[in-house]
Amino acid sequence: MRILVVAEHEGTAVRMASRSALTFARSCAAATGGSAQWLLVGHQLQAAAVDAAAYAPVLTADAPALMHPLADRYARVIAQAVQQAQADLLVAASGTWAKDIVTRAAGLLGGAMASDVVAHEFGDGRLRLQRPVYAGAALATIELCGAPQIVTVRASAYPPAGPAASPADIRPLNAEAPPLPRPAEYLGVASKSRGRPDVSDARVVVSGGRGVQNREDFERLVGGLADTLGGATGSTRALVDAGIAPNEFQVGQTGKIVAPDLYIALGLSGTVQHLAGMQGAKCVVAVNRDPQAPIFSAADHGLVADIYEVVPALIEKLRKAVE
Amino acid sequence: MKILVCVKRVPDPNLRVSVRADGSGIEDEDLTFVINPFDEVALEEAILIRERSSEPVEVVAVAIGTEESDEQLRIALAMGADRATLVACEPPPDSWNVARILQQIVLRESPQLVLLGKQAIDDDANQTGQFLAALLDWPQATFASRIEVLDGSLRVDRETDAGIETVQVTLPAVVTVDLRLNQPRYAALAAILRARKKPLETVTLEGLSVTIEPRVRTLGLRGTAGERTCRMAASVDELVAQLRAAKVL
Repeated sequence: MRILVVAEHEGTAVRMASRSALTFARSCAAATGGSAQWLLVGHQLQAAAVDAAAYAPVLTADAPALMHPLADRYARVIAQAVQQAQADLLVAASGTWAKDIVTRAAGLLGGAMASDVVAHEFGDGRLRLQRPVYAGAALATIELCGAPQIVTVRASAYPPAGPAASPADIRPLNAEAPPLPRPAEYLGVASKSRGRPDVSDARVVVSGGRGVQNREDFERLVGGLADTLGGATGSTRALVDAGIAPNEFQVGQTGKIVAPDLYIALGLSGTVQHLAGMQGAKCVVAVNRDPQAPIFSAADHGLVADIYEVVPALIEKLRKAVE
Repeated sequence: MKILVCVKRVPDPNLRVSVRADGSGIEDEDLTFVINPFDEVALEEAILIRERSSEPVEVVAVAIGTEESDEQLRIALAMGADRATLVACEPPPDSWNVARILQQIVLRESPQLVLLGKQAIDDDANQTGQFLAALLDWPQATFASRIEVLDGSLRVDRETDAGIETVQVTLPAVVTVDLRLNQPRYAALAAILRARKKPLETVTLEGLSVTIEPRVRTLGLRGTAGERTCRMAASVDELVAQLRAAKVL
């Protein structure tokens, strides 16, 4: 299989999630005697391309019109690159970037696409993919019909690929970017707050639910425990809607999908939609005063208690242990 | 302005689905079905645009699937859609074919805006809107959490992993919506009864000249429930001891 992996990059480096997509691609290449290379799309890609080349050969599509990630332009460039490279498989890490852009590219390439893949195998020479459905209540095993195949993988399901033995080539696509119409215009992004690690990448995630009554308490209890463990903060949709936690903290079917080593759920009942976002965690700890809360059936360790009573003690005890 | 809204029939998201023992699908006998919650937000937004507009706006709801989807279209009409179209198709097709069918509906109806949910809560694919925009070569704004209607264009806030991104798209366009865009109204029984008088047409794939080209073959389903057992601790000390023993801390 000839495989292209669309890399997301942050100016100077390829995102860790894209390296997870490369792990999937390398596995498919090894199973079929094929090859995997990156496709970088954007503007002023030199630094990101050098970083990417440490892992795999790089194709770049670099043009001023590609400064901002607008789906109609990016998708056209990606589809053209797939055709030029005669790729059989196009891969990206699942996230809002790929869901917007790579899915549109798949629409230009015939629609044989699977999103959010968490496992794969080859059976009778065909790629079989597993993906969660019904908010993660079930896993479907599917095959794609048609070519090329387009797959987005959950970064939490594949470890990030390590560097290759020696840096690979960087080649600009000799494709002229097609004359791009301008029906869509990028106006800006209100970027998220920094400080704690991003909830998608963190090893430890502490999440709050309806049991948290206001912003100050969220910061003190959820934030306090996260800081003690060097982790990220997450929340349910209910807390985001109540204005207690910011948007980008939301974990769940419609928020972020996380799979940290440790997930601590505080005052969080465990709706189907929330569980969809965190059931890949290695270890789940739940604290809730309702012993019937569904979160306990999705947890490994539980404590039936009021978070306002026990979390300060938990923070204190762990802080001493860390020191 | 004409707005096309796509409405998918899905199991009630508040019910836990379970997988049939043979893995051929989900146990659907005791399920109740609703409009996909994301599509419901799309429909509400279309109705809000009509209510706020000084120009006439027509809202057309489309469902693709078994005849039972007319139940969801009746609710869409009761919420405020002006008319509805059911594309009869069994079994319900995959995202690619839904997009191809919608493309034909768009060619028939010539709407300026197609609004739909960013994903359906059954297959969680998050593909149809982007596929449709690609097929039509229209601009797209996915995951909308705010839509402002301007003259001949829309300004849309998008919920992305990086934060709220703002784009402006010229019409005609495809917009997929996120849950935070609005709170859908409730269709009261009286409105559902009144909506029986509104037009609901059924069209066939032959009538639209579409033949299904399957892209996804499902080999089987497996339930994921109950893969953990929870050890309950009686105190903070006991919880910390458990986590230490499990080498989590």
